[in-house]
Amino acid sequence: MQKIIKNGMIYDPLNNIDGEKMDICIDNGKIVDSVANDAEVIDASGKIVMAGGVDPHTHIAGAKVNVGRMYRPEDSKRDVMARGGGMRAGSGFSVPSTFMTGYRYAQMGYTTAMEAAMPPLLARHTHEEFHDMPIIDHAAFPLFGNNWFIMKYLKEGDLDKTAAYSAWLLRATKGYAIKIVNPAGTEAWAWGGNVHGINDPVPYFDVTGADIIKGLAEVNEMLGLPHAIHLHCNDLGHPGNYETTIASFDIPKNIVPKPKYGHRDKILYATHVQFHCYGGTNWRDFVSAAPKVADYVNKSDHIVIDIGQVTLDETTTMTADGPMEYDLHSLNGLKWANCDVEMETGSGVVPFIYAARAPVPASQWGVGMELFLEIKDPRKICLTTDSPNAGPFTRYPRVMAWLMSNKYRMNLIENELHKWAQTKTTVATLDREYSLYEIAQVTRATSAKVLGLSDTKGHLGVGADADIAVYDINPETQDLSAEYMAVEKAFSNAAYVLKDGEIVVLDGTMVKPDLYGRTYWINTKYKPEVEQEVLVDVEKWFRQYYSVNFENYPVQEDYIPRSVPLLGDSVPGEASGKEPAIEGASK
Amino acid sequence: MELVKNVVCPFCGTLCDDIVCKVENNEIVGTINACRIGHSKFVHTEGAMRWKKPMIRQGDEFVETTYDDAIEKAAHVLADAKRPLMYGWSCTDCDAQAVGVELAEETGAVIDNTASVCHGPSVLALQDVGYPICTFGEVKNRADVVVYWGCNPMHAHPRHLSRNVFSRGFFRERGRADRTLVVVDPRKSDSSKLADVHLQLDFDKDYELLDAIRTVVRGKDILYDEVAGIPREQIYEVAEVLKNAQFGILFFGMGITHSRGKHRNIDTAICLVQELNDYSKWTLIPMRGHYNVTGFNQVCTWESGYPYCVDFSTGEPRYNPGETGANDLLQNKEADAMMVIASDPGAHFPQNAIMRMAEIPVIAIEPHRTPTTEMADVIIPPAIVGMEAEGTAYRMEGVPIRMRKVVDSDLLTDKQILERIRDRVKELQASK
Repeated sequence: MQKIIKNGMIYDPLNNIDGEKMDICIDNGKIVDSVANDAEVIDASGKIVMAGGVDPHTHIAGAKVNVGRMYRPEDSKRDVMARGGGMRAGSGFSVPSTFMTGYRYAQMGYTTAMEAAMPPLLARHTHEEFHDMPIIDHAAFPLFGNNWFIMKYLKEGDLDKTAAYSAWLLRATKGYAIKIVNPAGTEAWAWGGNVHGINDPVPYFDVTGADIIKGLAEVNEMLGLPHAIHLHCNDLGHPGNYETTIASFDIPKNIVPKPKYGHRDKILYATHVQFHCYGGTNWRDFVSAAPKVADYVNKSDHIVIDIGQVTLDETTTMTADGPMEYDLHSLNGLKWANCDVEMETGSGVVPFIYAARAPVPASQWGVGMELFLEIKDPRKICLTTDSPNAGPFTRYPRVMAWLMSNKYRMNLIENELHKWAQTKTTVATLDREYSLYEIAQVTRATSAKVLGLSDTKGHLGVGADADIAVYDINPETQDLSAEYMAVEKAFSNAAYVLKDGEIVVLDGTMVKPDLYGRTYWINTKYKPEVEQEVLVDVEKWFRQYYSVNFENYPVQEDYIPRSVPLLGDSVPGEASGKEPAIEGASK
Repeated sequence: MELVKNVVCPFCGTLCDDIVCKVENNEIVGTINACRIGHSKFVHTEGAMRWKKPMIRQGDEFVETTYDDAIEKAAHVLADAKRPLMYGWSCTDCDAQAVGVELAEETGAVIDNTASVCHGPSVLALQDVGYPICTFGEVKNRADVVVYWGCNPMHAHPRHLSRNVFSRGFFRERGRADRTLVVVDPRKSDSSKLADVHLQLDFDKDYELLDAIRTVVRGKDILYDEVAGIPREQIYEVAEVLKNAQFGILFFGMGITHSRGKHRNIDTAICLVQELNDYSKWTLIPMRGHYNVTGFNQVCTWESGYPYCVDFSTGEPRYNPGETGANDLLQNKEADAMMVIASDPGAHFPQNAIMRMAEIPVIAIEPHRTPTTEMADVIIPPAIVGMEAEGTAYRMEGVPIRMRKVVDSDLLTDKQILERIRDRVKELQASK
């Protein structure tokens, strides 16, 4: 079925289109040059049109996410939906159930989202949840930063083996990118410890966070992965951690990006940097170091960051940074969940209340905003809340409205936030306001490009997937800075959302809830002869130290019904015939 | 004879995945590595009677019927019921469970699994105070102090000790010799015989003993000569062992979830583990029984937001154990129809619940003849997951493993049966 979106104002940074009135033609799930006269017309007059949102870092599927749901019925009760209109029932404010997650992303005009932390041993769980998550295309990032094989090979200085193992692990888990969380620290947490900074060696394996970041950054380019290494730095949340942050950013800067797929030109993706920009030595003399980190990012070309903006909600924190969650539990006294995963990683979950009237959350809000407003080039920023860690993804529209309206921010700072937001951060002195073009950049374009998916995602050029959001915002008649509540509302409930050319949301309501998205994963091998050697090690360790058999470890293809393997034999968009037919792809 | 390797055992929550099945003429005739219970499940030792055809009750008799008829009848029962209850789920795979949740939504049912009569109190406790766990491999590779509280793994999870405690791990090269094994049980058991320390406490005094150990761990004194029948000095000694662990693990079972105190026992056990982390590294793992009881809690949580006792009667998921549990509905005579799958409440529920089951239509999706099927109105036999069908199961601490198919079967799988009931129920609802 052909469609044409007429008369909308287009915001498409990857194609340098800034609010021009243009028509978008759609055929067979793709954006095309032209369509026949009888194509279905979608009237976008007086509305803006963007590519479907691309969330590069969120926690929506997998073991710790489900612990977050299971052990917080009080959170589930805060947002409940009934079955109806073809939609499944569900619940959860900060951690919605899987069906609800798909619907809520789609209603905001987001059509792609990446699960940012997948323990390899529990990968099957993440994929099972994806199976029940409608609409959004997705992928998951397996955790590499505390993996025994990685640490062993890096200690031996054998990058070839590290690369061969990494390729095998991506295939075995159907994973997409190299995720590093508190490198060396989570392994130390298996003994109840942590590391401090990047030069503190991990017990027994005797490599440092710096070794792990550098080694895996090199491996990332040896494999030519579409995405950069995805780094959650050491010392998260500690006053004074900005020095670790900047030192970590500096480690891989001389490596050259060599993606074999996509158009990534950065070497490092640093996540939820808001949590890593703290100065001082404790929470009394704490001060924001966001200006220093922003300055570093402004002067560097090898890095993209996402913010992890605090949204001032009661939420659920969850991360593979096990020691951090234990510290958080010691700090706020709320219930602590943890799961150490043999040979690989760990995780923790703790509820957190970011109260606007409390000094630290107010400052954290300010730190995030400082990063947004002081980093000059939005091509280096992705908008996230590290959902649900700093706030649930359903608050993205509010974050967009904050960015677009100094008035909205000042109302908050003056009337609701603890004064630390003003005394500990510079946010009250920043009056920059994002344009719609910049919003499109930080919610779609930057993320699609750094993920390596910008051939088909994050833009509205010919050949892109027809994942499109139309919002009821009219910059010609509305003062967006003054009408911030209208902006927030419009971004929360898109007028139209198309996924692969199908209308899935109309006026903020799901109209086609049974469409299911693709799973991207990396199907690559590094030097088969090295992989043979590595697998001898792997099988030996499986026999001795894992609690599952080697043959039962890899995630079977059965778990990936709409599989899009990259780098291997088949690449979507090429004549491989393996691109799944999305038309009628409902389960 | 053919050997099928890396088979996953569909019996207990240990979910051993190293079983070798000996297959002759499409029948499992022997196993390697399996424990005695697992072995007998694989080879169908005498005594187990398998339903080969769907059955419908006519008076006091069961009459053989077709899948079509049995599913038609089941769909009508569920579609006509005002407050249907769907119970069990713990001996089937996650895909079947997922269809079950959808069927519960479709019929406005209450869906509950066997957790509500085993580790339900553990769920309530982890919702109160938290859930610090680890995977089995961590225990094998690191644990130097292992506590089994209120469980007898040598009988209920026969390979649990050999896989996790006796086995050699990366940092525990001598295996059992490198670990201190503590068993807390009012009885002498085949597990307590193996222990370095057996705390033979008074029956129903788990809370008191846990509380006393917490007191000592927190640096306070015990003011009594003994607590729960355990001398004061021994409590101090044990607290020292726990505090001085490099990596400690607490396994706990139904001896503590269902003795006096119930979820309060688990509350305080979790708090003890959390406090021990001030001194060393400690986590815990509930000794889940059925091989995929954990899987249902996972599936039900990611689909509805709640792990069990979920009531869809208003269209929204509601969760209120004590009101929306299987026993609550039966004993309060609320349930007016019941579907039982992959479990045997007929053998395990209290008398009052059984009496209600006898009054209402019961559909049993069940491979074997059980006390539940004796009470059923419709019996629909499935292929057995892990032997005759594939599917996912979650080990007791949450590691998902793909169950293998070893032999062929003509029977439909649980998932196929449920899908057909669901589709038929949808048609019936639409025509109402």
